[in-house]
Amino acid sequence: VSTQSTGPLHGYHTMFAIARSALRAPVRRTFAASASASVHTLPDLPYDYNALEPHISAEIMTLHHKKHHQTYVTGLNAAEEAYVKAPTPKERIALQAAVKFNGGGHINHSLFWKNLAPTGSPETKLSGGEFKEAIEKAFGSVDAFKKELNTKTAAIQGSGWGWLGYNKATKSLEIVTTANQDPLLSHVPIIGIDIWEHAFYLQYKNVKPDYLNAIWNVLNFKEAAARYKEARSSS
Amino acid sequence: MTYELPPLPYAKNALAPHLSEETLNFHYEKHHRGYVNKLNQLAAEKPAWAGKSYEELIKTESGVVFNQAAQIWNHTFYWKSLSPNGGGAPTGKVAELINEAFGSFDAFKEKFSAAASGHFGSGWAWLVRDDNNKLQIVSTHDAGNPIKDGHIPVLTCDVWEHAYYIDFRNDRPKYIATWWNLVNWEFANSNLK
Repeated sequence: VSTQSTGPLHGYHTMFAIARSALRAPVRRTFAASASASVHTLPDLPYDYNALEPHISAEIMTLHHKKHHQTYVTGLNAAEEAYVKAPTPKERIALQAAVKFNGGGHINHSLFWKNLAPTGSPETKLSGGEFKEAIEKAFGSVDAFKKELNTKTAAIQGSGWGWLGYNKATKSLEIVTTANQDPLLSHVPIIGIDIWEHAFYLQYKNVKPDYLNAIWNVLNFKEAAARYKEARSSS
Repeated sequence: MTYELPPLPYAKNALAPHLSEETLNFHYEKHHRGYVNKLNQLAAEKPAWAGKSYEELIKTESGVVFNQAAQIWNHTFYWKSLSPNGGGAPTGKVAELINEAFGSFDAFKEKFSAAASGHFGSGWAWLVRDDNNKLQIVSTHDAGNPIKDGHIPVLTCDVWEHAYYIDFRNDRPKYIATWWNLVNWEFANSNLK
């Protein structure tokens, strides 16, 4: 996967580096005189739309993937295309919010689908090993970890994400939250939980705690452990 | 003093078919009432701010207290910005000021719709009067309220997903189009006196 090292998107290199590893999106080089822009696509869901029932309904999964995530992909492509064409710094700055919002939405949701797994699948079991031990060390117990992640995610006043993140500086697992579609940049994302209302409203309405309890049945701990291992080894 | 949930200005099915009874039921009984309950919970600990009006709390508080007070106020203002007899073109003072500020109702409608549809994340789209007596369109994030910036709110549209998801799913632009069928110009004029 090629990366850009020059041009107006240089400042976003870090964010897109994280994005590229998460997205594995095909990068099409356009041989324009100015910097190239990549064309992002909606990644396939790794399972059927009904695979997370009864915890997350097929209706939610369908809308969430086909409508919401697709909109971020479309929006990101449009924002990036406009950005590379923008002739002045002022015009580029004016487009940054759209790049951040749609880019963040694409990154976050791409990570999200992969840190979920079908109901009852082996990936949803947090088995003993380096990752489980690290959680127990950081939070005291898996239950305490669940409680903290759920409490902090539920406390977000508005739209956003709750994360288990790996802090490379302190080499520790921490719970962090991000607002709106801001990507998680301060930590390596290990588990992300979408707390935008579209992620749960049709099934759980205003009762966020019920959604947050339910999602623990479909978190992909195998993927989380793999992300943790990769984060540790690349420290 | 306990904070009370102001009554809905109309029956829960009064805005149908534009906004369903189900939406009003959840939006008013769960979300709006939820903010009131939470504020009362916080006030029960008898902090210095307990008993202050919503406007005062909006202007002086932050964090979770601000969120509850502002969201109570915002939702009350939202219900009044809608009416079963609403919709159509504006009349009276607000029509005059809209033409002054935006050129025409159609131009205003386009701008307001764009602001409401394009807002990133949760929040509100507002028509406000600034201190030059001119109308402006502003949008606020989450529980944000333009009183804090010294503006006078005239109308608001809730763009949190809970406001439209039951009836419109992800289609916020369609919800905004529906909002125009309910917009309460009488209420707007009452805010311009």
